[in-house]
Amino acid sequence: MGSAFSSGSGSPDAVVLELRGITKVFPGVRANDHVDLLVRRGEVHCLLGENGAGKSTLMNVLAGIYMPDEGSIRIDGREVSISCPRDAIDLGVGMVHQHSSLIPDFTVLENLMLGRGEGWRLSTGRAQDGLKRLTTTLGVAVDPGAETGQLSLGQQQQVEIIKALWQGSRILILDEPTSMLTPKGIEDLERVLRQLKQQGLAVIFITHKLREAFAIGDRVSVLRQGRLQGTIDRETMKAASATEMQRLVVELMFPGEAETLAHVAELSDLSELGGGGRAATAGEPLLELHEVVVAGQRGEIGIVEAISLTIHAGEVLGVAGVDGNGQRPLAEAIVGQRPLAGGDVRLAGTSLRRLGIGARQRRGLRYVTDDRLGEGIVGSMSVALNLVSKRIGTAPFWVHGRTRPEVIAAHAEELVREYSVATPSIHTPAGSLSGGNIQKVIVARELSLDPKVVVFNKPTYGLDVKTTAAVRARIRGLVDGGAAGALLISTDLEELLALSDRVAVLSRGRLMGIVRNGPGAEQEIGALMIGGEHGE
Amino acid sequence: MVNEASRGSAPVVGSSIPSAGRHWGRTFWQRAAPVVYGLIAGGVLLLVMGKNPIAFYWTTLESGLLTWSGLMQTIIRLAPLLLMSAGFIVAFQAGLWNIGGDGQFLLAAAVVAGLGAPALGVMPFWLVLPLLCVVGFLVGGAWTVVPSLMKAYYGMNEIITTLMMAFIGINLANILIKGPFLSHVTLVPQTDVIPWVYLLPFIPGTHIHVGIVIALVALVLVHFMQTRTSYGLRLRILGASPRAALHAGISVKRDIVTAFALSGGLIGLAAAVEVLGVWGYVRADWNPAFGMTLFAIVFLAGLDVLVVIPFVFFFAVIQIGGHEAARQAGLPNDFLLLLIGLILFFMVLTEWARTRGWLARLRGRHAGSMAAAAEEAAGDG
Repeated sequence: MGSAFSSGSGSPDAVVLELRGITKVFPGVRANDHVDLLVRRGEVHCLLGENGAGKSTLMNVLAGIYMPDEGSIRIDGREVSISCPRDAIDLGVGMVHQHSSLIPDFTVLENLMLGRGEGWRLSTGRAQDGLKRLTTTLGVAVDPGAETGQLSLGQQQQVEIIKALWQGSRILILDEPTSMLTPKGIEDLERVLRQLKQQGLAVIFITHKLREAFAIGDRVSVLRQGRLQGTIDRETMKAASATEMQRLVVELMFPGEAETLAHVAELSDLSELGGGGRAATAGEPLLELHEVVVAGQRGEIGIVEAISLTIHAGEVLGVAGVDGNGQRPLAEAIVGQRPLAGGDVRLAGTSLRRLGIGARQRRGLRYVTDDRLGEGIVGSMSVALNLVSKRIGTAPFWVHGRTRPEVIAAHAEELVREYSVATPSIHTPAGSLSGGNIQKVIVARELSLDPKVVVFNKPTYGLDVKTTAAVRARIRGLVDGGAAGALLISTDLEELLALSDRVAVLSRGRLMGIVRNGPGAEQEIGALMIGGEHGE
Repeated sequence: MVNEASRGSAPVVGSSIPSAGRHWGRTFWQRAAPVVYGLIAGGVLLLVMGKNPIAFYWTTLESGLLTWSGLMQTIIRLAPLLLMSAGFIVAFQAGLWNIGGDGQFLLAAAVVAGLGAPALGVMPFWLVLPLLCVVGFLVGGAWTVVPSLMKAYYGMNEIITTLMMAFIGINLANILIKGPFLSHVTLVPQTDVIPWVYLLPFIPGTHIHVGIVIALVALVLVHFMQTRTSYGLRLRILGASPRAALHAGISVKRDIVTAFALSGGLIGLAAAVEVLGVWGYVRADWNPAFGMTLFAIVFLAGLDVLVVIPFVFFFAVIQIGGHEAARQAGLPNDFLLLLIGLILFFMVLTEWARTRGWLARLRGRHAGSMAAAAEEAAGDG
């Protein structure tokens, strides 16, 4: 079976990759500061760290996308220079990015044949044989003739892994691979990883989720502010109990703060935050969706089909589903960024059909978008202006069209303090903040000035543990007063269970059912998700 | 992680509320560097052609700046150039590519010149001048409506549509001049001449017409609009990220149309000022083609209506003084365009060096150690 891979020689735990003193400096930031890393054959090495800790930079150095300013890379004990992605591939370093790099209109086989070693003449037969060998080794089923765009995200990821192996990778880098997957998809991935280890490959698994690192990694390295804080080796991981491990890692990730972080959602009992079906006293209906239909942007019909939901005051209504099943169109239709093809949306009894985005915003319908950099903020503009960008031209920030910088600044200072946004100043361009702080700016903007219903779209996606906890507390805090409601769209089931009163399951634009949060809700939701999912 | 793009260009758009002006001096010298390189390269070319570069530049400076009459000529030329720059900047900052400035300019010029003489026959002259300025503004603005509606409602690329409208505008201007506005007094096809005494008055003590005052007032108003009003902020968001503008609930369609109209209007006003201040008539096939060179200049000035003033002034000096210098050196006028081209070339080159080349890396290393502490506070860890 080992013949499917060019797994190199040497003993089972031979060091295949050795990074020494890798330093990468960007104008103003030391993204990597003398990072050392050892990766052995047949192990999954988890690289754990908050957003901006330098994980991606380090891997991009390895993949030939950045040149390190200092330091050396050794592969199989030989010092190498990786100056472009081609070099990395030639040296057997394969990277599976967070977002698919497959060509959606091409079939699986065609995507693979785009790789290398095919020469001038493409041979479908040979490629098919190769694919078969790889799929049987990995224990996955992939239809070579399927267009990759039609596959589920989990399957696309499998194809990406196969593609990396196809190119002869012996060191496989997976960048936040679970962020787009269903629970079942994650299980499948874990199985594939076990196979890869058996075949003697080295896997570098980038994540910011502690649990994942413990569950999947043989060894965990923690990065913080560009520096390697420490590596927990296989022996320690085996010996330590789960809680000991958590303490160890948290101590590395947040030195000196472990005590204060004891309450952080991911580290403690999640039910603490609330949720858990106490909706017996649900308030007035605030937002009502009635048979909402949304058409696709290129005219395809029914990317959201006849969805009816009601959000009550004091309630978080979760929306579960794998990414790309109509969540964003639904959210955009509610807030007015997309036209309704049918149905109606009512806020506190008033139909919103004829109201624009701005009018809905002023009436208290808010949207925490999942596209933070693309539309959530204007990166080149100051934090202060971003905090009022949905209020342009309205009092008290503008009077007769004239800007009142003092009022805007005071408002910004207040929100920055209230939401603990870490920014050098309110005049700093918002785009230069870290991802977590950008999200805090967005949440602060949407929750300020009298919100009634807030639509959260993947509000903690890609955030570090601390910010995640802060944002989740805000969501619950918003509705717990009983005056406001929230629609929480998330791909993170854990999050939905922690925060929601009820969870609606969306699949391919249809509502599969609504589950009241409580014991057994997870299984019910999982069943509804799988029932509707295509291809898995 | 730090967004490098926004870091590099932040002062250009004036990212904070008090905004532009703070780094004025620094950005000015950064931006002036390619001009210096361009002049040096032009000097080398002059040497190769056997001319004396020092003499050439000196004559340029002397007859464009250092003599009273030359300076007056330069300032007179400054008026339409500044108004037109302001017009381009309004559109470009909103992310709208108004490439058709020359069409808007010529059509407005033809209408203003064509209506000038007849209007003097029916109303008092003190009313005619402001009215014609308004007409110029409206014609220039109106000529953007088709492209802007097509952009706003159908997402059609305005680079193509404004360019096409420019062709139509330039030829329509000629048709007007050779048709309804044709003067029957002169032999060459042109409009009737507005009598010299009825043109824009001079600034007392000079032979400079008040167009420059109009231009400077317009520039200050545009600057105010951009930095201190909600409309200005909406346009900046539109320019920075159309998707963010939509997300923020800005009426993108309305703002596209109004920004385009304002841009064309300022360009039309430039034409009115040039016709009513200098010429008094427009000849068929006249086309100063200010637009194409000004594109580059407004970018050189980082799309800032105040920073653009010295750059346009410099350009006017080269246009006015260089004309004389080229004549004296026995060079064709085209040499001036070559000089401008060299400056633009160095502009691209220095921009590249600043953002990607070894210069940036050198500076980054230096700044990296300095800013490390600040970055920790920014939560970039």
